[in-house]
Amino acid sequence: MDTFVLLANGLLVAFEPINLFYALIGVTIGTAVGVLPGIGPALTVALLLPVTYRLDPAGSLIMFAGIYYGGMYGGSTTSILLNTPGESASIITALEGNKMARKGRGGPALATSAIGSFVAGLLATLGLALIAPWVVEFALSFGPADYFALMVLAFVTVSAAFGDSALRGVTSLFLGLALGIVGIDLQTGQARLTFGLPDLLDGVEVTTLAVALFAIGETFKTAASPAADEKVEAVQGSVWMSREDWKRSWLPWLRGTAIGFPIGAMPAGGADVASFLSYSAEKHFARRPEEFGEGAIEGVAGPEAANNASAAGTLVPLLTLGLPTTATAAIMLAGFQQFGLQPGPLLFANNPDLVWGLIASLLVANLMLLVLNLPLIGLWVRLLTIPKPWLYAGILVFATLGTIGANPSVFELAMLLAFGLLGYGLRRFGYPVAPVVVGLILGPMAEQQLRRALAISQGDPAILLSSPVAIVLYVVAFIAVLSPMVMRLRGRGGLLSQIAGDED
Amino acid sequence: MSTGTPTEPGGASPPARRRPDVAAMAVAALLAVAAGLIFWSTSQMGAVAQYARIGPAVFPHVIAGGLVLLAIGTAIAAWRGDFPAREPDNYGPVAWITGGLVAQMLLLNVAGFSLATGVLFAATARGFGRGPLWQTIPIGTVFAFVIWFIFSRGLSLTIPEGPLERLVP
Repeated sequence: MDTFVLLANGLLVAFEPINLFYALIGVTIGTAVGVLPGIGPALTVALLLPVTYRLDPAGSLIMFAGIYYGGMYGGSTTSILLNTPGESASIITALEGNKMARKGRGGPALATSAIGSFVAGLLATLGLALIAPWVVEFALSFGPADYFALMVLAFVTVSAAFGDSALRGVTSLFLGLALGIVGIDLQTGQARLTFGLPDLLDGVEVTTLAVALFAIGETFKTAASPAADEKVEAVQGSVWMSREDWKRSWLPWLRGTAIGFPIGAMPAGGADVASFLSYSAEKHFARRPEEFGEGAIEGVAGPEAANNASAAGTLVPLLTLGLPTTATAAIMLAGFQQFGLQPGPLLFANNPDLVWGLIASLLVANLMLLVLNLPLIGLWVRLLTIPKPWLYAGILVFATLGTIGANPSVFELAMLLAFGLLGYGLRRFGYPVAPVVVGLILGPMAEQQLRRALAISQGDPAILLSSPVAIVLYVVAFIAVLSPMVMRLRGRGGLLSQIAGDED
Repeated sequence: MSTGTPTEPGGASPPARRRPDVAAMAVAALLAVAAGLIFWSTSQMGAVAQYARIGPAVFPHVIAGGLVLLAIGTAIAAWRGDFPAREPDNYGPVAWITGGLVAQMLLLNVAGFSLATGVLFAATARGFGRGPLWQTIPIGTVFAFVIWFIFSRGLSLTIPEGPLERLVP
């Protein structure tokens, strides 16, 4: 019951007028930026980080929470109305939602996606509140060896579960790890991989890398690709769902939440895995499976809920263990660190107001998004019709602004360009981008824990396998290597071929 | 559909699946170069007293070793043509946008944020086929100026100023 007292205290923090205001700003700009085609939640969060530089930690994190949830909502709108999704997790929504929109049922598709996201966000945030104290209590007993095992697990799930090739996923991860070594070694104070450049002593900034890989890399790729046909579907019909729509939606919402939250929390992969699984579950349970691929409302409701639930689930390892498992979470961790806050069990002990205020404002942000989204849909649609030259020119202006605002140096801008070209190359050859970002932030953390563990044991590597927690984590990591392979093999036969064979 | 698919040198198209992918070979080579750089740079590090068995050089060595293995794996995948098919890209737009970013970088501390970023804006729009520059540079400069005003005055970020920004007291 302690949890509810803490959560109630958090709600008091979240309901302070200034914090409500921050949350409102957060969800509004989060949705607005998230709606823009080609911008997923990770980039939304990275681009908007400079807005929060000068706020106090609580206000900044609350605004951040709003941006995170808003970005997720905005992405769904894009994928329903435009046939190129803004975020990978929305591909499934694009499949069914875009079909619905073309049949003049864009209104109900947007509504079931928004309400489904709300239901999932609500339940998953409550799940976060219930699970977090339990994980924190458990995590307080973790030693460096356990943390190292946890990070090994995260490395495995991030690189093996993303994308369609383990080789390319692991390569991306190692590029991130290599970038992570750059700078001063925390234990000995020695400079590593700096090539004599003083600007590299502080290492590579997570936000610089993320903005470059996502924003600039994506801009390069879009500009270089032969123009694809894109059509924005007008929202026809009422945004209200009929009785029938409700009847067909509520179970998929709940099922999607039940699938998405554990996947985000465990961490068993990104939101795209969750929505894939939810989609196949809905297809399995549907009374009329033949409608799938032709605009089945269940195929929007389930995956959208799963998508949002896993986004909230990702916050469990991030807040309780300080472990980012997606690119978005990695950038959020950078957001915490700019205030000198290290998420993890100690944050719950030392800053309960901040953590619980953040969790409570997720609930508030979720409600705001539901209220804000449906009536303002006309405005979001207009954002979708910004011509590409202006859109990407604007994106680059904001991308460089973020870097200039944090550190106005020519060197930092040169890094932005270099990593932007790297991001283009990664996309060109089908490498996933997220593991690079996660590797950059997790690599140094893993190294520190490993060396700390070995310092305690005076160099005896047996300490790494000395605790049951670590052994269990290594076993889970091993399973995590195998299961995506199996899933991928099964998915390639069913789901993936269906996307490929969908049209054109 | 299966005949007459144009293939750029090194681009693997679905019918030519089994052909070695030259561009992907280059990726493998780059990974090997990155590994070599890490080994070389780590070897330049002065030795310090090693009081723990795991010193600052161990992690770089592990990562570089991993990159070597990945380079070999990538080379094999490239040889077997396992990479996803790529369409030929246009490199003109990439050059325009790169040029815009370089111009902004060089102009930033001389001409200030608005002018430098106006050039970036126009070059990017040009990369997407929108011109002419004498129209888009002023548009971009005005846009960047408005953003500079909001962020430097409203959110008090430090952003390099030039002649345009100094017009505002």
